[in-house]
Amino acid sequence: MATLVMTRLDPQSRAARRGWSDLTIRNAFIIPTIVFLIVFNIFPLLYSLYYSFTDFRASTNAPANWVGLANYRELLNDPFIWANFAITAKYVIVSVAGQVIVGFGVAMLLNRSIPFKGFITTLLLLPMMLSMAVVGLFWKLLYDPSFGIINYALGLGRFEWLSNPDMALYAVAITDIWMWSPFVMLLSLAGLSAVPKHLYEAAAIDRAGPFYTFFRITLPLVAPILMIAIIFRTMEAFKTFDLAFILTSQPSAEVISIRLYKMAFQEWQTGMSSALAYIMLIMVVAITNIYVKYLNKVKER
Amino acid sequence: MRNRATGLLAGMAFTLACGTSAFAQELTIFWAEWDPANYLQELVNEYEAETGVRVTVETTPWSDFQTKAFTEFNARGSAYDMVVGDSQWLGAASEAGHYVDLTEFFNKHNLSEVMAPATVKYYAEYPSNSGKYWAIPAEGDAVGWSYRKDWFEDPAEMAAFKEKYGYDLAPPETWAQMRDIAEFFHRPDDNRYGIAIYTDNSYDGLVMGVENAIFSYGGELGNYETYEVEGIVNSEQNVKALEVYRELYGFTPPGWAKTFFVENNQAITENLAAMSMNYFAFFPALVNEASNPNAAVTGFFANPTGPDGDQFAALGGQGISIVSYSENQEEAMKFLEWFIRDDVQKRWAELGGYTAHAKTLESEEFRNATPYNEAFYQTMFKVKDFWATPEYAELLIQMNQRIYPYITAGEGTAKDALDALAADWKSTFEKYKRYE
Repeated sequence: MATLVMTRLDPQSRAARRGWSDLTIRNAFIIPTIVFLIVFNIFPLLYSLYYSFTDFRASTNAPANWVGLANYRELLNDPFIWANFAITAKYVIVSVAGQVIVGFGVAMLLNRSIPFKGFITTLLLLPMMLSMAVVGLFWKLLYDPSFGIINYALGLGRFEWLSNPDMALYAVAITDIWMWSPFVMLLSLAGLSAVPKHLYEAAAIDRAGPFYTFFRITLPLVAPILMIAIIFRTMEAFKTFDLAFILTSQPSAEVISIRLYKMAFQEWQTGMSSALAYIMLIMVVAITNIYVKYLNKVKER
Repeated sequence: MRNRATGLLAGMAFTLACGTSAFAQELTIFWAEWDPANYLQELVNEYEAETGVRVTVETTPWSDFQTKAFTEFNARGSAYDMVVGDSQWLGAASEAGHYVDLTEFFNKHNLSEVMAPATVKYYAEYPSNSGKYWAIPAEGDAVGWSYRKDWFEDPAEMAAFKEKYGYDLAPPETWAQMRDIAEFFHRPDDNRYGIAIYTDNSYDGLVMGVENAIFSYGGELGNYETYEVEGIVNSEQNVKALEVYRELYGFTPPGWAKTFFVENNQAITENLAAMSMNYFAFFPALVNEASNPNAAVTGFFANPTGPDGDQFAALGGQGISIVSYSENQEEAMKFLEWFIRDDVQKRWAELGGYTAHAKTLESEEFRNATPYNEAFYQTMFKVKDFWATPEYAELLIQMNQRIYPYITAGEGTAKDALDALAADWKSTFEKYKRYE
């Protein structure tokens, strides 16, 4: 069956002379990958699923006891965990919305012939290439109330970005928007340049206004690729750890992954933290699925 | 193909075998990355000169010290022969069998008298009052305070202070005085602030800061033997202590909500605060002109007393333990015998290590060696510590969750925060069946 799908091996090739069939070559490429996936992804995934039903602690030699759904029950009854989830949701919405607005906006600005377009685009992409931890460390300096350049530039005096409980999460989101808008911009730019020019010409002939053109031509045609950017950014934002961990320790900015880290590697509650990781995984998969469904619908149009 | 693989494996095994035999006389000590670890490396170089056994002090940043150490323990790795571990690890590490039982060694050398009693109690013994020892007190440490002598001794300031508060401006003897002085020097318009305290809630920073107030106000965190917490951790003294800590937070520099030892030393070096809380281990940097432009005008005082005259400080510092997965346990024992010798402990103090050795601490020579040694000596006999039970990390996080919003954002009241904490701790102890 598989041989029907594959192109036949060229009889003159070196592989054919060595007596390899195309099936051998296929296996040589695929089997290592599958073994790698099983050993490093599937096995730990299943193993931690087992742990999530036990009271196992990696810091002791005590054997793991089966506790059934107790971990899940305790986690879902913990008001602090719910607070963490609410914070994460708020963070995802603010940060992804910000990135889409800024990224798409910049892409619209760049989607015309301007001098040094390539150079400007490259410069704009720089934030995305930095390490999260490094970005966190220097934004911490930028936000500093005593000597930070942000307060100085905006004339905010001693405004406390990171130690103000109402502001801390937004400060982290602003940093994330700065870092990842270029990613949305890059994908949007690809989408925008693929919109056929004749559609705009037709719209101009029909005397369509700029808003009409944007909402009826640009947005629907860029939507599929924009959706992909949103899926990636939502998944990443949901898992944010480094930025938030480095920038602030406000409980109002404690996203769920920070709580998970503390539970797993400070408290060493391995079983409980496996359960929390599973809850997060289910949530991410569910959210992504909704997006993918929507993406398919958009594509059909 | 199979032959080649076998050959390769044999080669690797051979290399490893040679490796171990060639370096059998080598010991590795794991500690956090800070100055005392460098002093310890200098000290153990002398051990190598004496015995030919090479000892290496391996370090990692504080932020992942606990994680890295326990990851190695959990994997039963033999990378480290000894570890200079935090006092609160004792329960987790001893119950899980990561540490070698040193009770016999302890009694043989009569260490409970050779070392300062408080250090034995908190760095070495677990469970509390059981007579079982798991570590040798190595680096004694506690919280003390640094202050700006030039601000305190300015005649104009002194006169203004006397007029406002009715007593002389001097390093505070009570927490109430400290509050007044912090308020007095808090002048945001001049970019000068009253006081620097610990507020970092990512591990044990904030909790240790608050402990200084709680213990000096006569409070406790619970009964470490019976695990009783209700009415103890939320006692009246603790409520008052938490309230004064919250009040002091109001006199800190702006953005002082994630601060620990680095920031608190900066408060002095950058002319931000009049007084600053910090561990004695970080004071050498403050008397050094190179790292503190204000070195000549920086003074030190011990943690002030509470309203009833109690005076206790939060314990820092660590004991040195032998890792039970080490392949060089006998060598490590020999090293510890050398380490506790009177002359070695004296040398340790000279190099900059904070010895817990009672005789060295009491010597005039030690007490006059630096501007803060006297305060250190006084403090080391009056220290208290956090829980050392295996579930200490959960207790720590619960305490952070309850008190941080109150202290830094004024949410709720001190009483509510501590009542909730007592309930959290009680249910955690129930979960681990501590009451049975």
